[in-house]
This record gives sequence, C-alpha cells and structure tokens, in this order.
Amino acid sequence: MRITVTVDGTTYTDEVEPRLLLVQYLRERLGKVGTVVGCDTSNCGACTVHLDGHSVKSCSVLAVQADGCEVTTIEGLARDGQLHPVQQAFHDNHALQCGFCTPGMIMQAIDLLAEDSDPDEQAVREGIEGNLCRCTGYQNIVRAVRDAAHEMRPGAGPEAERISGAQAGVHRS
Amino acid sequence: MIPAEFDYVAPATVDDAVRALADAGEEAKVIAGGQSLIPVLRMRLAAPTKLIDLGKIAELRGVREDGDALVIGAMTSHYDVMRDPLIGEHAKLIAVTTSTVADPQVRHRGTFGGSLAHADPAGDLAAPALALDVEMVAHGMDGKRTIPASEFFVDYFTTALRPGELLTEVRVPKYTGWHAHYEKFNRVAQAWSIVGVAAAVQVEGHTIKQARVGLTNMSSVPVRAGGVERALIGQEATPEAIKTAAEHALEGTMPVADGNADIAYREHLAKVLTSRAVTAACR
Ligand SMILES: Cc1cc2nc3c(=O)[nH]c(=O)nc-3n(C[C@H](O)[C@H](O)[C@H](O)COP(=O)(O)OP(=O)(O)OC[C@H]3O[C@@H](n4cnc5c(N)ncnc54)[C@H](O)[C@@H]3O)c2cc1C
Ligand code: FES
Ligand code: FES
Repeated sequence: MRITVTVDGTTYTDEVEPRLLLVQYLRERLGKVGTVVGCDTSNCGACTVHLDGHSVKSCSVLAVQADGCEVTTIEGLARDGQLHPVQQAFHDNHALQCGFCTPGMIMQAIDLLAEDSDPDEQAVREGIEGNLCRCTGYQNIVRAVRDAAHEMRPGAGPEAERISGAQAGVHRS
Repeated sequence: MIPAEFDYVAPATVDDAVRALADAGEEAKVIAGGQSLIPVLRMRLAAPTKLIDLGKIAELRGVREDGDALVIGAMTSHYDVMRDPLIGEHAKLIAVTTSTVADPQVRHRGTFGGSLAHADPAGDLAAPALALDVEMVAHGMDGKRTIPASEFFVDYFTTALRPGELLTEVRVPKYTGWHAHYEKFNRVAQAWSIVGVAAAVQVEGHTIKQARVGLTNMSSVPVRAGGVERALIGQEATPEAIKTAAEHALEGTMPVADGNADIAYREHLAKVLTSRAVTAACR
C-alpha cells in the first residue's frame, strides 16, 4: 500500500506492507532510530511519538493507519542545535541512566504539558504512567518534567513543535 | 514481534465497511483503535486475512444528543469520551471510568466501541455500560438493530454481535445530575482491573433516590449489582447503610481465580470496593 506521512516536518511517500508497524517504518525505512522498541506487549512506552499532535505508542499503530498524518519523533524536537526545553530539563535533572526509556518519556512529557501546563507531582506520575523506566526510580524524571513546565509556561502544545515551512521539504525513499 | 501478513482496507462509510466485511468472509477482522487487536496480532495469537479499519469513518466519531439519550459513536476515542461536555453532564460514570483505562497513549487511540466489542471481562467500560442500561446499535448486511447492554455481553471476549456486524453507536439514557465513581483495584500502573466497581447515584438531601452499580471482572461478563441497588434506594447515605448494601455485591457473580487473585479475595474486594465506590459517588 502507498502511504504519505509527514515525519518531523518532511513528507515521505512509501510503499509498505499493511502489517508494518509505525515504529518499524520510522526506524527501518526512515532511519529514525531515536524512537526505540522496548517491549512486545504495548506496555513500556519507549516507542512513544506524536501522531497528529497526540502521543501514541508507535508499536501499536500500523504504518498504514498513519497515512495522511503528521508524526513527530524525538528526532524532530531540537531546533538549530538547541535542545527542546523538555530534553534540556532531562539533561539538567539527571532524569536518565541507561537512556532507553528517555525518547518515549520526553515525548509523553511534552504531551502531558500540552494538556496541563503546571502539573503537580501526582499529575506527572499519572501522565507518564504509560512509560516504564527500569533505572531511575522516576524521581528525577518527575523533577525534570516539573522543571520543564516552569521553563515553558504557559505550556508546549503541538504548536511549539510545528516545524517552520522553511525547514520542511518533501522526500521520497 | 511482527504480525502475520494480512490485507487492509479503510472504508470511508459504514455501508462500505459492512460490505467490505461481508466480502472478506469469516477470517477478516475489524480494527478500531487497535489497542487490543495490534498487541494480539504482534503476539500472533490471531492471524486475520484482512483488516477492515474503521478509522476513516467520520460518522462513527463523536457524541450527540438525541432526545433523552446521548449517542456515542463507536469510534470515539477514550480521550474524547473523557473530555466530552455532554458525557460529563449526562453520563458522568462513563467519563470517570474511562479516565482509569490504560494510559494516556492508549487512550488517544483506543475507542469506546472497540472496548465494548472486545468484551474483555477485565475491561472497565462494560460495567458502567451495563449499569446505565445503554443500548448497542449494530449494523450488518441485513440493516440495523439495537441490542440492550443486558444481552450484549455473552461470555469471555464474546458479544451478541453476529459475524459481519459492526457496533456503530451506543445510546446512553441521560443521567443528568447523578453523581458517579469508578473504584478500580489493580496493583501497578496501566494494569487491568483485578476487580472494579462502577457506581452512579441520585441523591436528594442525604437520601439515595436511585442507584446503579456494575461490577468488572467478577464473572466472564460484567455483573449488574441489583441487590446492592435495591438495598441503597431510600437509604440515608451513611457509612453503615452503604456497608450493609454492599454485602449484596456477590449476588449473581461467578468470579474465577487467576494469577492476580483467588476467588475469596475477589469476593472480598467486590464488597469493599462497592462500599468505596458508592461512598465516593455520594460525596
Ligand atoms: C497497555 C494497555 C493497557 C490497557 N489497559 C486497559 C484497562 O486498564 N482497562 C480497559 O478497559 N482497557 C485497557 N486496555 C484496552 C484498551 O482500552 C483498548 O482500547 C480496548 O480494549 C479496545 O479498543 P480499540 O478501539 O483499541 O479496539 P481494537 O483493538 O481495534 O479492537 C478490539 C476488538 O474489537 C473488535 N471491534 C472493535 N471495534 C469494533 C466495532 N465497532 N464493531 C465490531 N467489532 C469491533 C475488533 O475486531 C477486535 O476484535 C489496555 C490496552 C493496552 C495496550
Ligand atoms: S515498544 Fe513497548 S510500548 Fe511500544
Ligand atoms: S533510564 Fe534506563 S530505562 Fe529509564
């Protein structure tokens, strides 16, 4: 099947098998290996990306279901060499150890902050409940998300992520 | 893991989807949000020959008023159900229950209709659907029919939908001004209910005028706690009265033992959670 998907501001048109998962499409076809796969059961959230502005587990979406949609991955966050405020807050607060959960955590944290620009600790914990971390014990992750919230007031919506027209191009692979 | 091969269509209307399902035959499957189906495909516990994706059918999304009922499109996502002002006003039990389902990512994709059609005994939305006496609207090649919730849930993962039928809408009578709570017991984040209790009450002063209570995972299908409801009606909303009523919670249940809980523990939970759910709803 032919699909057209905009990923991190670039539009791709590709022929894919219906059974191809969105995460495989991102990693194996587009080389966006920043998005990782941590489980086989849709539980870990490491594969979280934004689909039309909302967080989803990209291992639980078929690439064909993303036809006509806009996808943002962890690779589409930095601007002109500047980390996204949530990425910076993870760095500043030591919110990662092995880093495997980090791409998904950051994408989900951005989704959470778009819904609630100043979440308390409980709201952060609930907002990232679909993301598992085996290393940190979550403490510093929660701290980083709240820190980012303060940096970013009044909140980063899908708008904050939209890539400017100048950078967007069309690419076929 | 990677799913086995299948064909895929994404029709734009209900009529086209019904026809596609009929043409594709027994081995085809409908995909809604895919949040139960895709994990099953990845584990290769199912290998349908064709998927009919309902995701492009605009008429299946959204909530509207129809006289004294709300009509929830089967493809309305959990996320949209939670935030919908009509559901918040007239069917609060559905909103509060939905907010306990899974995690934010799954709620963005998973749908109200998909959850009901999936009929997992641990799924949270069947108990409130049963307690609120909703009606399921099904479309097939022979046209449309309406199935009361009390007849919809047949067994584990089995509903009254016939082969070739789609669940298209859910009609919910309005419960304007009712208070509601869903008490869900699980051990870790984003886990399924070991037991869940859905309660909606209409309170005047301190008196419980009407009550609706449904239980999750206390049988192969959701259970309506009629005994609890009858014991609550007309009572003052005191801790003693609620606790006494909750003693009826096991009527009509047939819990099973699994890795999370044995039968005696489930029975204990059902009573305790009923008491908590009704208490929270009355507040
Ligand atoms: C990590 C995780 C945690 C979860 N936790 C919970 C939880 O705590 N509580 C809970 O209730 N659920 C939970 N779920 C399940 C989630 O709520 C799903 O959204 C839901 O079970 C299925 O909805 P769906 O739209 O994704 O359906 P799909 O997965 O697309 O479909 C499920 C089944 O229903 C059939 N179907 C779907 N729609 C229709 C229709 N309109 N007509 C006829 N047949 C149809 C499909 O053919 C399939 O057999 C969880 C899921 C995941 C991945
Ligand atoms: S890889 Fe674990 S949820 Fe997607
Ligand atoms: S930092 Fe290792 S899994 Fe989270």
